Amino acid sequence: MRRLAAALLLTATPLIPAPIHAGEIWVTNEKDDTVSVIDTDTLEVIKTYPTGERPRGVTFSKDFRRLYICASDSDTVQVMDPDTGEILHDLPSGEDPEQFVLAPDDRHLYIANEDDAITTVVDTQSRQVVAQIDVGVEPEGMAISPDGKIAITTSETTNMAHWIDTATHKLFANTLVDSRPRHAEFTADGSQLWVSAEIGGTVTVFSVADQQELGKVHFAIAGVNDDLIQPVGFKFSPDGKRAFVALGPANHVAVVDTASYEVTNYILTGRRVWHMAWSPDQSQLFTTNGVSGDVTVIDVARETPVKSIKVGRFPWGAAMRP
Amino acid sequence: MIWWLAFRAILHREALRFLGQRGRLVAALVRPLVWLLVFAAGFRAALGLSIIPPYQTYITYEIYITPGLCGMICLFNGMQSSLSLVYDREMGSMRLLLTAPLPRWWLLLAKVTAGAMISLLQCAAFLAIAAGVGIHMPWQGYIVAIPAILLAGLMLGALGLMLSSFIRQLENFAGVMNFVIFPMFFLSSALYPLWKMKEASPLLAQICAVNPFTHAVELIRFALYLQPNLAAAGWVLLALMVFGAAALWGYDPARGMQARKGS
Repeated sequence: MRRLAAALLLTATPLIPAPIHAGEIWVTNEKDDTVSVIDTDTLEVIKTYPTGERPRGVTFSKDFRRLYICASDSDTVQVMDPDTGEILHDLPSGEDPEQFVLAPDDRHLYIANEDDAITTVVDTQSRQVVAQIDVGVEPEGMAISPDGKIAITTSETTNMAHWIDTATHKLFANTLVDSRPRHAEFTADGSQLWVSAEIGGTVTVFSVADQQELGKVHFAIAGVNDDLIQPVGFKFSPDGKRAFVALGPANHVAVVDTASYEVTNYILTGRRVWHMAWSPDQSQLFTTNGVSGDVTVIDVARETPVKSIKVGRFPWGAAMRP
Repeated sequence: MIWWLAFRAILHREALRFLGQRGRLVAALVRPLVWLLVFAAGFRAALGLSIIPPYQTYITYEIYITPGLCGMICLFNGMQSSLSLVYDREMGSMRLLLTAPLPRWWLLLAKVTAGAMISLLQCAAFLAIAAGVGIHMPWQGYIVAIPAILLAGLMLGALGLMLSSFIRQLENFAGVMNFVIFPMFFLSSALYPLWKMKEASPLLAQICAVNPFTHAVELIRFALYLQPNLAAAGWVLLALMVFGAAALWGYDPARGMQARKGS
């Protein structure tokens, strides 16, 4: 009996925790007008800096020397020195910038202006608006292809992904997705575009070559009402085999097999999980949980939550600095 | 040497009794598993969200009640041992045991230790099945929990021993169920965290906070997550000493209940 119990115990033991490498996760706190900096080694908040009003989208320049912050209610994109927390200058952004994406040239920002139904292209060096492109109503999600040739804006009310030719700044395609698209990402090889739909409760996958729909990801969590399952931010794993999709008020991150579009696992997080960022070694994923005001750290190899770290009120965006 | 011989004999007898009663093992496992797989599934959303030590992130209800169900195994097993002592008394085998030329405390300690070892085996089997359905703890936690489960088993065994010195007939065991097991289990942190209890009634939360079973559960819970809980360990040790002393008093032929009852 004792031997049996010991054998059962041995088979039941989970794996050894993954190694951790130091880096920082920068999280915008929508209601506090701050960014919190989390040390990926100690998993603690080490710094908090003030920002403009209602900071949401956040990203680093390629050399990690500048942090771009969408200060939505200040109607500007702020540029912060991450070493000092000092705001270096503001960039013209159009009204109510919510999300943006930095082009592979490390120079042009594509910004979704929610209230104006436009996408603004800003040159971060000359600090000038290069173009403003009319898109659907309430644009939000922004993505850019790895080769920098295609930019995507998703519009919440029009329920479309708008395909922008970055050379001409003209729309060349519009594809319907389910209700209230929130976030878009290209796969690393640039062959697919994934778009999440918050109210529709799905993620639609498109072929980039012909903008045709390849499939849809559906979600279902035991004990959670379907209307609470609202896919928002997502990230692909480094090997491209899995996608981690934040499900908003369902308080879970879904793990999706990118080949079959099937969900393989659900990971419990804090309340209203929104966006996420990888740790430098990509062994951990940090999710922002708006309502519970914390960031859940996920062990990617084991697909389990490790810790939830209190940050400011309503954490929204996240970006990594090694 | 003879002390060790007696210790081994009592351990052996308990092991034989346990292995002889296959139904007891099944019952010991089915009870917490029903709680885990049926009750916890129904209450998944009802717990609410709050991170309390030793947890560092949000957990499902199944994960929350697993240490409590280990405590439940120790509790039922402790009571079952007391039932077996009442049975031994009725059958006359206790007279043989207690007339051994060894101090009574040693015999009773051997009896309680044997019971705690069986609790440990049952908990190991239960945790292995729980892991099989996806309820994992850190693997080191399973090892660190061994002394915690043993200590909880000893304390609840001593409680059973104390009660058995008061119970004269098997039929009275139903009373133990109603007045000891159920209140101890439900008025503890096994099924709901104390902050949740406090929301319902501060008085109930205070009762839970002094219930030694709460501390046994918390000791196991913290050990499973590799965190020390000295307060819980202290409470369990104190309860072990109090129940052990009361059991010794109860089994003392000169002074205890046995003398008064004329057995």
